[in-house]
Amino acid sequence: MTEAGPSVVSIQGLTKSFRTGVTALADIDLEVAPREFVSLIGPSGCGKSTLLRIIGDLVGPSSGTVRVNGKTAHQARLDHDYGIVFQDPVLFDWRTVSKNVSLPLELLGWDRARRKERVAELLHLVELTGFESSRPWQLSGGMQQRVSIARALSFDPALLLMDEPFGALDEMTRERLNLELLGIWEKSASTIVFVTHSIPEAVFLSTRVVVMSARPGRISETIDVDLPYPRNAMTHEEPRFFELVTAVREALAAGHGRHGTRDAAGTTEER
Amino acid sequence: MSAVAVETRQARIVPALGRLATFVLVIAVLWGGWEGYKWLWETTGWTWPFVVDDTTMPHIHDILNAFREPVTAGGPALIHPLLDAAWFTAKEALAGFVLGAIFGFGLAVLLVHSRLLERGLLPYVVASQTVPILAIAPMVVIGLGSKGVEGWKAVSVLAAYLTFFPVAINSIRGLKSADPRAFELMDSYAASRWSILWRLRVPASMPYLFTALKISATAAVIGAIIGETPASIQDGLGGAIVNFNQYYSLQPTALWATNIVCAALGLVLFGLVALAERLLLHRAPEHVA
Repeated sequence: MTEAGPSVVSIQGLTKSFRTGVTALADIDLEVAPREFVSLIGPSGCGKSTLLRIIGDLVGPSSGTVRVNGKTAHQARLDHDYGIVFQDPVLFDWRTVSKNVSLPLELLGWDRARRKERVAELLHLVELTGFESSRPWQLSGGMQQRVSIARALSFDPALLLMDEPFGALDEMTRERLNLELLGIWEKSASTIVFVTHSIPEAVFLSTRVVVMSARPGRISETIDVDLPYPRNAMTHEEPRFFELVTAVREALAAGHGRHGTRDAAGTTEER
Repeated sequence: MSAVAVETRQARIVPALGRLATFVLVIAVLWGGWEGYKWLWETTGWTWPFVVDDTTMPHIHDILNAFREPVTAGGPALIHPLLDAAWFTAKEALAGFVLGAIFGFGLAVLLVHSRLLERGLLPYVVASQTVPILAIAPMVVIGLGSKGVEGWKAVSVLAAYLTFFPVAINSIRGLKSADPRAFELMDSYAASRWSILWRLRVPASMPYLFTALKISATAAVIGAIIGETPASIQDGLGGAIVNFNQYYSLQPTALWATNIVCAALGLVLFGLVALAERLLLHRAPEHVA
């Protein structure tokens, strides 16, 4: 899937320390090519969400350079180069589903007719046609997250940042949304950086899995996922899928062994 | 479809009937309690904690009757001057309420945008409420009067003085109440401060604002009534209270009737706010008080 061309995300020598003195991220180098689907996976506290926020210029790095679409991360944010999806859908409950999806379009100054047309398209894409005037709290968790994805896609950003978007959902809903997300990604021209701590999810979705270790957060290994697209429910049963899941699991364990502190029970203590 | 319609209609009527029944029950209990207490104390001759007779505790039907009787021979029934007074006071309270709500909300918007201002000004905002309104009422009325401001307008400033405080305090909380992720989301769109204010902070603050407005609705009426008394304004309910106070031993029912009108005015204003909340607020059930 990786194509030649300038990177959508280009990170060099990134470190991030918080005022408390905690080093969240150290020596991060990462290139994400156009049309890639890159998952960041690692134990809690490895800084994967922080890394995502630095790409989105919601948090500043302590040192190093971050470029998005060839611009500084700050300029990319000002230019609306990315859409973001959080673990919680973060819908505004005083707005209807339609109005939530069109929020970024309002901020971009789209006129009403154009917004309406685009919202109809997006709700069709995430299979929520008919829920235009529902309120967010009337929808299930999975449906709310689909609204939030539609909102992130609304202005057709080149880059989609997703922070454990399906982490709060049940397994069945998660698998269905994984398939829908792949469908959307294959149809669009966007690049996705996806934070997760589910190994099968990372393997199933990604072109590349970036394995991180904690204290300080580093990239310990990068695993190319050579499963062909389009992927479907059967992908989960292919021997190659299991091999890759095992590879990611071993990479995570190795990262833990190197940087984590094991107690007598063999479990790794977080934070 | 029709089954759903019937169900929703039932869902509306049944609680409405329940509420009506509760209302009637509460009135009956209060009425019974008052008359029962009066009867028991009068028949036993108990005088603790105070002597019970038709002056200290008039019959409720006498109080209600007082509405229909003139205060002075040949004058109009009491209800007419009381309604006029209520209208006058309502005007003061409403003007003060609107003024106070706008000022309080505006102040909150200002303070949430500057930590320095919030730290610097908030203590004075709190201190302002420790000054008894009785003390500042004459100053405000006389001070504004010397500038040619009509009495009722000066009193509305006093009502505003009681209104703005709960509105400001609650709105500060409300304007900060949105999920931190929602602020990140707006930042991801590079939304301006103005956009964040109108599209996120203000709508998120609405349940807090309405809670404050409900408190303020009754406070504004109290402010207007109290504001009238030291300013010697005769046209409102405050004037009526002072007036009937003087003739209490002769005609105790007139003062009680006035009290009922005062309470009713507070309830009407409260009800208007509650109605506005219901019409305007479309929040998840857990956000609506």
